[in-house]
Amino acid sequence: MLRRDFLSLSGAGLGAVLMPPFARAVAAEALVDGAVPVEVKRRLADAALAAATGAGATYCDVRVGRYLRQFVVTRDAHVENVVNTESTGAGIRVIAGGAWGFAATNDLTTDGVAAAARQATAIAKANAKNQTAPVQLAPTPGVGVQSWRAPIRTSAMSVPVKDKAALLLDVNAAALANGGDFVNSVLFSVNEQKYFASTDGSYIDQDIHRIWPLMRVTAVDKASGKFRTRSELSAPVGLGYEYLDGNKADQTVLPNGVVVFGKSYDMKADAIAAARQARAKLTAPSVKPGKYDLVLDPSHTWLTIHESVGHPTELDRVLGYEANYAGTSFATLDKRRDKFRWGSDKVTIVADKLQPGSLGAVGYDDEGVATKRWDLIKDGILVDYQVIRDQAHIIGKTASDGCCYADSWSSVQFQRMANVSLQPGKARLSVPDMVKDVENGIYIVGDGSFSIDQQRYNAQFGGQLFYEIKNGKVGQQIEDVAYQIRTPEFWNACVAVCDERDYRLGGSFFDGKGQPAQVSAVSHGSSTARFNGINVISTARSLG
Amino acid sequence: MSIFTEAQSKAILDKVIALSKADQCTAQLKGSIDGNVRFALNNVSTSGIVSNVDLAVEVAFGRRVGVATINAFDDASLERVVRRAEDLARLAPENPEFVPAVEKQAYRPSPTFSSATAAITPEYRAQVAADSINPCKATKLVAAGFLQDGQSFVAFANSKGNFGYQQATGVDYTCTVRTDDGRGSGWVGRNLQDSSAFNTGADIQTAMRKASASADAKALEPGKYTVILEPAAAAGLLAFMFNDFDARRADEGRSFLSKKGGGNKVGEQVYDAQVNFTADPWHPDAVVMPWDDDGLPREKLPLVAGGKVANLQYSRFWAQKQGKKANADIGNLIMAGGTKSTAELIRGTAKGILVTRTWYIRMVDPQTVLLTGLTRDGTFYIENGQIKYPLKNFRFNESPVIMLNNIDELGKPVRVKGDESDLIMVLPPMKIRDFTFTSLSDAV
Repeated sequence: MLRRDFLSLSGAGLGAVLMPPFARAVAAEALVDGAVPVEVKRRLADAALAAATGAGATYCDVRVGRYLRQFVVTRDAHVENVVNTESTGAGIRVIAGGAWGFAATNDLTTDGVAAAARQATAIAKANAKNQTAPVQLAPTPGVGVQSWRAPIRTSAMSVPVKDKAALLLDVNAAALANGGDFVNSVLFSVNEQKYFASTDGSYIDQDIHRIWPLMRVTAVDKASGKFRTRSELSAPVGLGYEYLDGNKADQTVLPNGVVVFGKSYDMKADAIAAARQARAKLTAPSVKPGKYDLVLDPSHTWLTIHESVGHPTELDRVLGYEANYAGTSFATLDKRRDKFRWGSDKVTIVADKLQPGSLGAVGYDDEGVATKRWDLIKDGILVDYQVIRDQAHIIGKTASDGCCYADSWSSVQFQRMANVSLQPGKARLSVPDMVKDVENGIYIVGDGSFSIDQQRYNAQFGGQLFYEIKNGKVGQQIEDVAYQIRTPEFWNACVAVCDERDYRLGGSFFDGKGQPAQVSAVSHGSSTARFNGINVISTARSLG
Repeated sequence: MSIFTEAQSKAILDKVIALSKADQCTAQLKGSIDGNVRFALNNVSTSGIVSNVDLAVEVAFGRRVGVATINAFDDASLERVVRRAEDLARLAPENPEFVPAVEKQAYRPSPTFSSATAAITPEYRAQVAADSINPCKATKLVAAGFLQDGQSFVAFANSKGNFGYQQATGVDYTCTVRTDDGRGSGWVGRNLQDSSAFNTGADIQTAMRKASASADAKALEPGKYTVILEPAAAAGLLAFMFNDFDARRADEGRSFLSKKGGGNKVGEQVYDAQVNFTADPWHPDAVVMPWDDDGLPREKLPLVAGGKVANLQYSRFWAQKQGKKANADIGNLIMAGGTKSTAELIRGTAKGILVTRTWYIRMVDPQTVLLTGLTRDGTFYIENGQIKYPLKNFRFNESPVIMLNNIDELGKPVRVKGDESDLIMVLPPMKIRDFTFTSLSDAV
């Protein structure tokens, strides 16, 4: 499940700094250098591989990782906190006696990793005693020595904290000058330096970057006691600091005048709009509940795709491995066999670990599998799931899909969601052309509240901004909108998807799964899409 | 070994404080050993032990603050972490909301440690998994669950002479049991400080009974119903509401506890008169640390008394600004109730719905604390004091503020922990009128 509110967690004090998984706090300059040299990683990996096989392991993989995070946290006119964290160590996974074993250590000496490898092997042998069926790994040819680096221009870690703080304080001032009463903003940067080696003969060095500028602007009407907020329309992305360039060419003005963002983000312009729109919400009329045609902007749709398609097509959920926490899935194996109609023929949804600038893009996953793109739903029909090496045989696949991930060197890797995206419509269709046919609709921009059941049938979504559509024209801003869906009915109500010119990515930094829980970051793309006859409720209530 | 004694901790912290040249220095040591076992499809899937100790050092020059942490404790490492924090502080912007470190305190210890929990072994964990799986296997049921246990210590000191040290333990067990055809699902959760009170064999029967009894669920039209919320079902809703018991947010006009025209609702009747909530670090069923992460001493703090808001949380900055007394972040939440068990509440109900558990609760509108979420793992129709049949799950859209104005009856409080909250809660089963279900879910 998605973590619910990063902003409320981010005013970190001494206690919060100790909170896992953010590891050790370090000086900002330590984030720029200090990488473990690749020849050292190779030496450590070879020591672990030799120790594991020497102890009886039939397979071993080693991940030597350095994970860097930086948070710059502001409130109104001041910086609340700057936190830099670094975590370095090695995680070793083995198969012995047909069972998995895992051990991790922050002792990056050849003796340290060898000891962890032997410990992992001992754990595997202990687990093998109760194993009913041996682990079957889909074959993955060794790729030798490889490296992959996220296609970024400027590492966010190399930008001085004072520049980031200045940007955020400028953003906050703009929001406060344009009708906001309060503003919280955060710049969150991540760099994963990951080295993978396995007994298959792979040595893969990867450098992954992610960035997320976020804010919340609050407008208050003290006389009525009413308050409203508007959060950022940015997306967390797999890019460097260049995402904050604010190129005009990457902006789109929607038919309601709202500005949305593509490959770069103008945080200050968004803050000004957020302040004005938050204030407008205070007097916007409430929605009349009923059936509406929804026009969903990609800044909104990503979350609906994530919850109602991304999760139910994860094979471990389908099989029952997540039953006690994240849940299972309605998309049982018989549904794929029977060519289950998930959506209308407008709906083609792909899983993709290659997409440049996305949160999930890597060259190789955390078990050394070269990444790829594949169909999950083709012209409305369920055609595939997301699987990793030890699951492929269960559904007759001969190779992993390359979507295995661990959120730290100290966590064991497991199946995590690839970028899962709705493909643009094949016919030329702009947003104004889509809107002009809508008689009674609501235009939704940005993600809001979200909730879905444990098998991914019944979901409810809010948004940041809602506008009436009457007789083909976008009208006034309205409030208190949430829509309720049953997954297959919703996707079968998809009657149009705009073409590739409108395609944009949204995403999450904090998709939670597993026990102990791990997070992963994932993007979801779409063009603006239209869904007919969707049930909209009013969320207006009175406390008397 | 990552559990340091008080003397070991004090020696390290004293060195750190002495090393700092800043205007003030606070240091905190936290260590833990956590064990877990996870199982699914009637098999153990993972099992592990994680141990760690971290030292965090916070220094201030005037209003400039720096924090650094390290997990090595030799003299050179201690020197390095202090200098690093000082370097960061010199570079940091002035924080206008800076508040000096707490003065020397006399903390009243709370008995947070249980030797039985600290002695849990891998064999114990394996046995819990086996005791969960075996009865399920024998009756065509499928178990998926997780046991996590841990022991920990926290020690802190500052340059004003304050010092605190305490050890703690905890166990958290959850198990979802499904029928092998996937038509029924039940759940049980147990959160304890002392594992000697834990009985997997008894708890698993609850989940198994609910799984078997929830197959063949009937659909009931969504609408307003009398519900009996088991304590675990209410926990998630209440945790959300108490996030907003913050004086600053209320005074700033951005909380359901903000007053029209300004100010907050302390002293106002916001809930039914039966509603009483307290935070109490020494409550025998929910003992928590006697301080918060700032080192501020926790006290027994009434939050709602007779349905009136009794206290909000004042951070040290906001208390200073408003001329109020600061209070520590709460560590638990105790709701007063009656003497009846959930079964007794059911017996006294003419028509209603029993809710075992709620799921994926999210804020829809903070103005009214309107929350949405779903029932799961055991939803049943009650008629004339009897469970009549299982129901399909519902989505709810309900505010805990409205819910706590519609109380018919409260049962006997028990200890629970929410899915997504760190608060230890002691909550009664609650019989609530007019609880709002807005749609049906096909999920089992």
